[in-house]
Amino acid sequence: MIRIVSMLFVLMAALSPLSAFAQTGPLRIEITEGVVEPMPYAVPDFVAETADAQQYAAQIARVVAEDLTGTGLFREIPQDAHIARVSSFAAPVSFPDWKAINAQALITGSVGSDGNGRLVVKFRVWDVFAQAELGQGMQFVSTPDGWRRLAHKVADQVYARITGETPYFDSRVVFVSETGPKDQRQKQLAIMDYDGANLQYLTGTASLVLAPRFSPDGSRVLYTSYESGQPRVHVLSVGTVESRILQANTGVMSFAPRFSPDGQTVVYSMTQGSNTDIFAMNIATGAISQLTSAPSIETAPSYSPDGSRIVFESDRSGTQQLYVMPASGGEAVRISFGQGRYGTPVWSPRGDMIAFTKQNAGRFHIGVMRTDGSEERLLTASFLDEGPSWAPNGRVLMFARETQGAQGASALYSVDISGRNLKRVRTPAGASDPSWGPLQ
Amino acid sequence: MNHLSKAILLVAGLALAACTNPNRFGDDGGAGGAGAGGVSGGVIPGSPNDPSSPAYFAQAIGDRVFFAVDQSTLSPEAQAVLNGQAQWLMRNSDYMAVIEGHADEQGTREYNLALGARRANAVMEYLISRGVSSSRLKFISYGKERPVEICSEEACYSRNRRAVTVIAAGSLTG
Repeated sequence: MIRIVSMLFVLMAALSPLSAFAQTGPLRIEITEGVVEPMPYAVPDFVAETADAQQYAAQIARVVAEDLTGTGLFREIPQDAHIARVSSFAAPVSFPDWKAINAQALITGSVGSDGNGRLVVKFRVWDVFAQAELGQGMQFVSTPDGWRRLAHKVADQVYARITGETPYFDSRVVFVSETGPKDQRQKQLAIMDYDGANLQYLTGTASLVLAPRFSPDGSRVLYTSYESGQPRVHVLSVGTVESRILQANTGVMSFAPRFSPDGQTVVYSMTQGSNTDIFAMNIATGAISQLTSAPSIETAPSYSPDGSRIVFESDRSGTQQLYVMPASGGEAVRISFGQGRYGTPVWSPRGDMIAFTKQNAGRFHIGVMRTDGSEERLLTASFLDEGPSWAPNGRVLMFARETQGAQGASALYSVDISGRNLKRVRTPAGASDPSWGPLQ
Repeated sequence: MNHLSKAILLVAGLALAACTNPNRFGDDGGAGGAGAGGVSGGVIPGSPNDPSSPAYFAQAIGDRVFFAVDQSTLSPEAQAVLNGQAQWLMRNSDYMAVIEGHADEQGTREYNLALGARRANAVMEYLISRGVSSSRLKFISYGKERPVEICSEEACYSRNRRAVTVIAAGSLTG
C-alpha cells in the first residue's frame, strides 16, 4: 500500500522589522542581465530555541544553502570561514565580521516550537554592506515532517527578495521512475520535492506508465497507462493516489495529456486508425472536441498560460515541427523553421517562451524560442535529451537525459534558460518525463 | 529467401490438411501430453514444427516486419512476410492477432507512440487487404518503450523499428 505523506500546513507571518527602513538598493541580482559572478552569502546554523528544535536547526540552514547555491546565482561562504557566531536570533548582527569575509547577504534564523508539537522557523535577510535588513523578517509554522518545506519557504523568500523573481524551491516534481535494462525496463509514477527529497511512488510497476503532467494546482496528475491493455489517459489524485481512466473508450489509444491553465479541460492526442489528432475534453462534462483533423501526426499539445492558444507538434510538413493554434482549434501557424526536427513543446508559465526538444544531426537538444518562433536558443546537447518542463517561475527547465548504448539509463537534469547551471537532479533510480508542479 | 518461404508454405499447407484439432492451446498441458493419444507423425502440436502453431508462425512464417527511419511504408520484403502471415491466419481461423508497433529510441516519446501506431496500422490494413477479417485483428503501439535490441547503433535501431504480429487464441477483448 502506498503511504501518503501527512498533510502539511505552512503558516506564514511577518516579523516586525529590526531596522528603521527596509531597503533593496544594492543587494540585487538581475537574472535577465546574465549572472556571471554568483553573489556571496552566508547562512549560519539556525538558532535552536528548544531542545526539540535542535535536530532541525543545522539541517534547515543546509537546505536553504543548497537551494540558493543550487541556482548558480549565489555562492555560499563556508561556515568554517565565519568570524561571527550567531547564538541569538534577536541579537544585533555584527556586520563588520560578515563584511570581512565578503558576505554580501546574510541569512539568520531560529527554530522553535509553537507548544503544539509544530516547528516555528523565523528568519531575516541582511544586506551586509548596507548594514540593513532586506525586507521583513518572517516566520513559518509546520509539523516537524515538513521541516524541509520550511527551509524551502525561507530560501524562496531570500531568492524572491534578491532577484525580484517568483521563486520555485517549495515545489514538487512528478516523473517516471525507471529500473531494469533497456529491453526490460519497468516504469512507475513517482513524486518528489524539486530537489529529489521525500520521494513517493504513485503507481506500481505492473503497467507501463508514461509522461505524467501536474494539474495547475498540483492536486492531480494526468498520465498515460497501459493498464487497460491499450495506452489511455488516466487522472490521479495526488492526495488519495486513486486513479481512473479519464476518457471514454474511443480510438485506438489516447496519450500526451495536459491540463488547461484553469484545470477544467484536458488536451491530449487520440489515435484512430493510423491517424493521431489532438482533442480536448471537459473533465466535468466529458464533452470532447476535436482540435486538429490532418492525416499527419499531431501530438504533444500545451496551452499558453492565458488558455487562449495551444502549441503542438505535427509532421504535416514531412518532419516534426512546432505549430500554434487557437485553443478551440482552427488554423495552425508553424513556428519552427531551423534545421532538424522539433517536438514536445511546452509553453512557459510566464507566457513569453516555448521550450522544446530538438533533434538534429544525430544529437538531441533542449531549447527555447519566442512564441512566434524567433530567438531560438539551444540550452543542452547530448545523445538524447527530451521532454522539458518549466519551473513555476519560468526560469529553469527540467528534462530527461538518456545515455547511449546497451547500458544506457535515463536521469533528470535541470538547466537555466540562460543555458547555465546544468545539473543532475537526485533520484534513487533511473528517471524520465519530469513534470514540475506549482509553487506550494 | 522467396524459394525457402514457398517451401515452408507448401509444408504448412500439407500439414494443415492433416490437422483437425481446432483447439491447439486447448487441453494440451505441454509437450508431454501431445502424443498421448497415439502416433502423430513426429510433430508435436504447439511446437515450432507444428505448422499450425503460433511458434511456427513466429519462426517459420516470420512474425515481424521492419521499417525505415520515420516511415510506415511496407517494403517488398515486408509485404512478402505479411503475405505469409495472411495465408497462415486464413488457414488458422480460430486465432486472433495483435499487431504491436514499435519505434527506435531516436525520437521523442509521444511522436514514437504515434509512429508505432502508424506502423502497426499499416500491417493491419495490409493483412485485411489480403483477406484476413478485420474482426480478428487489433493493434497496439509501444513507441520506443519495448526495444528488442539495446545498442545505440543503426544495427539495433533497424531491428527495433518493427511491427510484430502476435498470435493469440480466443477472441480479442478491449
